[in-house]
Amino acid sequence: MMRSYSDKQNVQKKAYYNDRYFVAPQIPKEDVETDEIFANDVAVLKGKFEIKEAYIQRGQLVIYIDARDNVSVLQTLRDELSYNFLSEHSAIDWLAKSGEFEIFYQLLSSSKCKRLRVKCFIKEKEVLKSVIGVYKSADWAEREMYDMFGVIISGHPYMKRILMPDDWYDHPLRKTYPLHGDEVAQWYEIDKIFGKEYRDIIGPEERDSARVDERDTYRFARLNHEVPFGAEPSSEKTVTDYQEEGGVFIVKKLKKEDAKIVKERY
Amino acid sequence: MQKVNRLKPFFENIAFEREDNHMIVNFGPQHPSAHGQLRLILELDGEKVSKATPDIGYLHRGMEKMAENMIYNEFLPTTDRMDYIAATANNYGFALAVEKLIGLEVPRRAKVIRMMLLELNRISSHLFWLATHALDVGAMTIFLYAFREREYTLDLIEDYCGARLTHSSVRIGGVPLDLPKGWIDNLNKFINHLPLDIADYEGLLDQNRIWKMRLEDVGVVTPEQAQSWGCSGPMLRGSGIAWDIRKEEPYELYDEVEFDVPVSTTCDSYGRYKLHMEEMRQSVRILKQLIPMYAQTSPEIMAHAPGYISAPKEQIMTQNYSLMQHFVLVTQGMRPPVGEVYVATESPKGELGFYINSQGDPYPYRLKLRAPSFFHTAILQEILVGEYLADVVAIIGNANIVFGEIDR
Repeated sequence: MMRSYSDKQNVQKKAYYNDRYFVAPQIPKEDVETDEIFANDVAVLKGKFEIKEAYIQRGQLVIYIDARDNVSVLQTLRDELSYNFLSEHSAIDWLAKSGEFEIFYQLLSSSKCKRLRVKCFIKEKEVLKSVIGVYKSADWAEREMYDMFGVIISGHPYMKRILMPDDWYDHPLRKTYPLHGDEVAQWYEIDKIFGKEYRDIIGPEERDSARVDERDTYRFARLNHEVPFGAEPSSEKTVTDYQEEGGVFIVKKLKKEDAKIVKERY
Repeated sequence: MQKVNRLKPFFENIAFEREDNHMIVNFGPQHPSAHGQLRLILELDGEKVSKATPDIGYLHRGMEKMAENMIYNEFLPTTDRMDYIAATANNYGFALAVEKLIGLEVPRRAKVIRMMLLELNRISSHLFWLATHALDVGAMTIFLYAFREREYTLDLIEDYCGARLTHSSVRIGGVPLDLPKGWIDNLNKFINHLPLDIADYEGLLDQNRIWKMRLEDVGVVTPEQAQSWGCSGPMLRGSGIAWDIRKEEPYELYDEVEFDVPVSTTCDSYGRYKLHMEEMRQSVRILKQLIPMYAQTSPEIMAHAPGYISAPKEQIMTQNYSLMQHFVLVTQGMRPPVGEVYVATESPKGELGFYINSQGDPYPYRLKLRAPSFFHTAILQEILVGEYLADVVAIIGNANIVFGEIDR
């Protein structure tokens, strides 16, 4: 039997069914010239830097630049074109497709009331210059990007993981990052501390606090099939007659089977 | 750059014992005034803070990762857990981003209901902010009063969607329900009374000597700092920059209602307190205008877009094709067009942004949550320096940070 092929570069959840005739529509990309302010912005930038692509999508300008120009482009945008806010900055993992990260800087100009997205591509091991000198909001955004994607930043004063623990292995938002732990992770502590042969004795870690195990007579009892603490569960019915010594007061001999349930209260 | 692997874990190199007069104090992560799991490593020179290093991540649940592995409708309840003080604002931000991605127009009644819920959430969030902030500073009375009024907003929201904390009261394409009977009357009662309550709070606090001493000239954020650190919402308007996304880039029907954007030029905590009070009044003003607008709308509450949004329940139960489409949308999920959007909305805390990169799959290829509190926590490392240790609590409380959206 052949094992079904799975893409190791992207272990994320996939649609289980795809219509082979379905072609996803594109969000239209408008020409930059349709908006006066954006056209001017692009013209200013084109005079100084290499602009690979520029278009307007859903009312926001998107420009692709060379990753090495990132600091100077943002400096120009802030000082000359009055984009005074860096609202967001992060990456997109395209490692499986082209071995690259797509970096985006989401800018806002409060005076022009316009939003703009500067984008660039970097290779996996390539170093990106920090833009913290231009916008201080890049401080934590870059730390988060390093934490989540492993994008290497140079020139950051305190480059350290921000959300994950310091000694965490791997970067969680990469598409190669597994969604579940594997067998090694599941038995890690037991293998390390006791050895593999103790797996059966100790058993798997139970994370579901609401789990009920009917074979477990240490913590659970089966009604009408009770056994002593820790004994093997049995399917035999347990006797539920009164077992007080000398019987119950007044009631001489109680037989459960003979009990009647009255329909009406007398 | 730290180089970490399994064999060489990274440990912070912090000297807690030093020879000079400096002392290092670990504030949090389990500190009642940290408003969540905030750890601050404070370097103190006597009583003054000489260096502050916020440490976050204690509530990190990987929402962006979860979003990449969920269909769009599945992710909506997860957004409740971001800013849990005003959950509808997050639901709405996400729903609006997906609607922009699809290019969907929402029926007018849904817009009015959404705006009502958003403004109620804003009032609720600001009341919560006032209550906890005042409690941190030492004003117990305000805490009780503000929580009483907050209870009324929660009751209204509960009447609408059944939940008080995790509302999920907005759907992609509209709202799930129409307003229940008598809801408008209750809302009317509430918004007629709230301005009087706000006047009460101000009567207790405005000229209160302790309140003024604790807030005035504390936590000063200059306009340059606010812009550079990406502040938004009251943190930005508190620095004299009149920027409200509802006004500048109006979504829903915010361009049809009249309201003012309060600005404080004092740049300190007291100015931001006045700002929050004024914002609540403006929310009441918006709500008052929404009530007659609601009556004029037609009863549709969900957009008609068969490729993306399920038909109304009656139609699903009576028409085969609607049922089939509903089945596909529930089991496989909608497939938005290929492209990307960044949609910012004015949540009670500031600019709440959703960046979605769609590759035409039922799962977003990348979803970035831009939480205002994240950036408002980052600025702490600059504004805490030079302040007294006792004011640290006041500044954190004043910044209105919520850890659900910082750690995501």
